[in-house]
Amino acid sequence: MTNHRVRRPGVRVDFDKPLTFSFDGQAYDGFAGDTLASALLANGVRMLARSFKYGRPRGIVGIGPEEPNALMQIETGAHTIPNLKATQVELYDGLVARRTTGWPTLEFDLKSVGGLFSRFMPAGFYYKTFQNQKLWPKFEHIIRQAAGYGSAPSEPDPETYDHSHRHAQVVIVGGGASGLLAALLAGRAGLKVVLLDEQNECGGWLLSSPQSVIGGEQARAWLKSAVGELQSMPNVQVLTRTSAFALHDMNLVLAVEQLQDHLPIADRVAHQPRQRLHRIRAERVVLATGAIERPLVFGNNDVPGIMTASALTTYLNRYGVAVGKRVLLQTSNDHAYQGSADLARAGCEVVLADTRTRINPAWEKRVRAAGVDVRTGFGIAFARGRRAVTGAQLVKLDAQRNAIVASGPSIDCDALGSSGGLSPTVHLYCHDGGRPHWDEERLAFVVPEAGRAKSGIYAVGAVTGEFGLQNALEQTVRVMRDVLGSLGKSTPTSSDNLGTDEPEATPARRIFRVPDGRAEGHGKKAFVDFQNDVSAADIHLAVRENYRSIEHIKRYTALGFGTDQGKLSNVNGFAIAAHALGRSIPEVGTTTYRPAYSPVTFGTLAGAHAGDTFEPRRYSPMHAAHIARGAEFEPVGQWLRPWYFPKTGEDMHAAVRRECLAARRGVGIMDASTLGKIDLRGKDVREFLNRVYANAWTQLAPGKCRYGLMLDENGMVMDDGVTACIADNHFVMTTTTGGAARVMTWLEKWHQTEWPDLDVYMTSVTDHWATAAVVGPKSRQVLAKICSDIDLSPSAFKFMDWREGTVAGVPARVFRISFSGELAFEVNVDANYGHHVWEALMEAGREFDITPYGTETMHVLRAEKGFIIVGQDTDGSMTPLDLDMAWAVGMKKPFSFIGKRSFARSDTAGPNRKQLVGLLTDDPQVVLAEGAQIIERADAKPPAAMLGHVTSSYYSPELDRSIALAVVRDGIARRSEDGRKSGRDVLYAYAGGKAHKVTVVSPVFVDPKGDRQNV
Amino acid sequence: MFVLFCPHCGEKREEEEFGYGGEAFIPRPATPEALDDEAWGDYLFMRKNPKGWHWEMWSHNTGCRKFFVVKRNTATNAIAGSWTLAEGRKAYDAEGGST
Ligand SMILES: [Zn+2]
Repeated sequence: MTNHRVRRPGVRVDFDKPLTFSFDGQAYDGFAGDTLASALLANGVRMLARSFKYGRPRGIVGIGPEEPNALMQIETGAHTIPNLKATQVELYDGLVARRTTGWPTLEFDLKSVGGLFSRFMPAGFYYKTFQNQKLWPKFEHIIRQAAGYGSAPSEPDPETYDHSHRHAQVVIVGGGASGLLAALLAGRAGLKVVLLDEQNECGGWLLSSPQSVIGGEQARAWLKSAVGELQSMPNVQVLTRTSAFALHDMNLVLAVEQLQDHLPIADRVAHQPRQRLHRIRAERVVLATGAIERPLVFGNNDVPGIMTASALTTYLNRYGVAVGKRVLLQTSNDHAYQGSADLARAGCEVVLADTRTRINPAWEKRVRAAGVDVRTGFGIAFARGRRAVTGAQLVKLDAQRNAIVASGPSIDCDALGSSGGLSPTVHLYCHDGGRPHWDEERLAFVVPEAGRAKSGIYAVGAVTGEFGLQNALEQTVRVMRDVLGSLGKSTPTSSDNLGTDEPEATPARRIFRVPDGRAEGHGKKAFVDFQNDVSAADIHLAVRENYRSIEHIKRYTALGFGTDQGKLSNVNGFAIAAHALGRSIPEVGTTTYRPAYSPVTFGTLAGAHAGDTFEPRRYSPMHAAHIARGAEFEPVGQWLRPWYFPKTGEDMHAAVRRECLAARRGVGIMDASTLGKIDLRGKDVREFLNRVYANAWTQLAPGKCRYGLMLDENGMVMDDGVTACIADNHFVMTTTTGGAARVMTWLEKWHQTEWPDLDVYMTSVTDHWATAAVVGPKSRQVLAKICSDIDLSPSAFKFMDWREGTVAGVPARVFRISFSGELAFEVNVDANYGHHVWEALMEAGREFDITPYGTETMHVLRAEKGFIIVGQDTDGSMTPLDLDMAWAVGMKKPFSFIGKRSFARSDTAGPNRKQLVGLLTDDPQVVLAEGAQIIERADAKPPAAMLGHVTSSYYSPELDRSIALAVVRDGIARRSEDGRKSGRDVLYAYAGGKAHKVTVVSPVFVDPKGDRQNV
Repeated sequence: MFVLFCPHCGEKREEEEFGYGGEAFIPRPATPEALDDEAWGDYLFMRKNPKGWHWEMWSHNTGCRKFFVVKRNTATNAIAGSWTLAEGRKAYDAEGGST
């Protein structure tokens, strides 16, 4: 194995801390401070991926989030993470990494055989092949396996995550030279500052270029003192390993901090989060997000060993890794020069081919002095090599046009770097609507330095196109003066000496695709987007096939679709598309930059909102009693309610049957504590109720209750419940369990916006009361045993009365109301006595075999009686008349209550509305599926007219047959005598491929006259 | 996710504390029965739905539970101000009652 390590001053790896790690099962060595990418390169590993469509060998191209190829599966089992970029994985001892591409193996990839796939996979492959969607399932498995990408973990995530909500005066995104200076200036002014940097230490490009000079000292010395000063300021927080991935409305910065990913799994602190999501509201945001170098596009530019020039420089200067001994650099600008000199001084044989004929004389002098062989006016037509680069064919370029004038030398090399210029990291600026500007001189989409000052967003450094160090620092001072001024801080007189030794820049050459003398598509493949195997020829093909908008070209070719989101490829792609379209780059524009800037794990977004803490769980005061009796539970909104109470050996069907019969023939008991309860007080409550309910409340005397239907202004039922008159100016309303909060807000809205003159005060008291419903013919006997101060006799305590008294020694309100059609008493006590009263009722009922029941039995009992559940039997399009509940509408009330006027709208009053009915199947054992469609004929073929659907369906133990509720067009007439005469009452319920014959009947299946609740 | 100022609490709070209350200043007709179907339909269904400045209601659900008025730009989420219902009405009328 070749040793690629070079010990250089300023290197950020610690050669005294060796580490071992494994890649694809083989052990390698590295050092603390390495990334997985730098360590692999140091070990001479070149090919570590196969490309998506063509199975071509691929290697590391970049140094950070722009890396398109080196996607890794890190660790195994529950800790495994797919598709991390090797360039962003900090090395630790014992790290286990695997390739995510290459099938069946990395060495032998099936797709690469004779171009097996390439012939069949041009741009638009997926569109063209799978327009017939039936083919997709057959091919999906094979294509996904062949294409690669990592595997999601199959076990629950053992790590934890948390969220931090915070405020800052200035958030600075990016800790490079400009960001550090911005933080220093804001920090010295005493502002509350947060500086975010995605790497393990601040410094940005200074870490790759430690020989740069700032203010007469070497950059690394400046860096050390800047970081030290920031750390000494209590008003400044520096968060490293923290990637700002989104900028939302009103300067909300979202950033993910990696707290433990860089530690061996065994060393991670249990009960500490792996990652933390920071949600930071900033008065001012300063974007110092820098730029990413883009490569030039040329033939075979994807061979392993070919990377960006800045990557070659960074691996050398920051990580002490010389990727090759013989290095060929190709550039269109000044940026590659410092690196070429560094590589030469480190002992590499360096050829620098500059596509320009007029180059920067100062730089030329410096790099020649270092031993670099500079060739001006040359480009690379294509590279040689398959699994590792072995050389390249140069061509002489025309001084003006991007065309070849002569052939050039063939150069051998084992590493090749190219620079097509810098692409500013404009993403965050664009997340909340900003658009970057094309700067034709700098050949880049840039953020204006004024940012969007009105919104408090500013930009400094390379992201504005200020690529030179000295210019960027001077600009930072200028912009920060505005930022500080806008926050009422006086301008600091900076004593910093910011002078550098950079030569003045020479204009870059406007070149993206290096010509090879052949028509596009006929030479060697020249890749624009490595991760998606999009070549320059694919973009030309898309344009030939008449795609004009860059957004369409992107989707047709998959340009910029990968996990790198086109950080290397977008600008080249836009430029090549512009060329093919014969338009300018600003005319073509950019695609849309959307959050997240780089991938964020779901765990971080969820934070603590996972598992048991996903949302609050509400329990009734009697919950422990239900657990003790072996209840099965079901969630109802946030509540967990008993579903049924199985005895040993019982399934749900058997338990529900037993519970139903107990309530109908003996006595049952149900926990109704979850119903919403609103306490209303004030002298105008009665009038308020008249307005918000369909029925009338004027006559309701203290001691009485009434069922009410609440409508929306369209006349549709939105909630229902019983309201009791406690006193003339005091009522208690119940709402559905799920509708409590919505109803409360609804009532507040009407009161505050339309009728503020009404004297009404509303308080939610849902959690203040516990409610036990004692149900069945023997319920009076049970209650009588533990309630001596209420006369329970039928003449004294009538149906729909309520009484105040004492139950089991506790003050109680007892309501004689029924959701089952049986004699029933709902006992309401202070929630803190709920469990006690429940147990007292159970004890009192023991001799009557009192049977606790849950929501399932409650549903069967109410469906037997045709009582609706709002939201199940109604869907926001049912009026009281559709429900055959005209008795609950007070049309004579003087005030036009909410929804009343809409009864007369042509649609609401019109014929053929869907109405609530009962359905009986011909076969009494068939329980229809809820949601089954109602059709007219058994032999109807789709598309058949659908007359309605089944809303509730159960097996009724009382009737020993199935019953169903449904909404059916013109349903009420169908169930009448006329309906029966004309046969319109016979319909079919269709579900699961079967049509069941049904008869339309009244929805009240049990005790149609309602005698049983009145005993 | 933006920040709203509740004029009742006198504080700027995160959007998640609030509930949207729809377009502001759509008064309920005093005598609904006097309206024909079209006029009643306008009250029920027709909304300005502009791209740009919009007068709307929000309620401080997890705070004071009061409804108030916000002038918000639906395209940019810029917010021109928050008022109580009564003060908002004055500001709205001062603008000529238009969006
Ligand atoms: Zn408030």
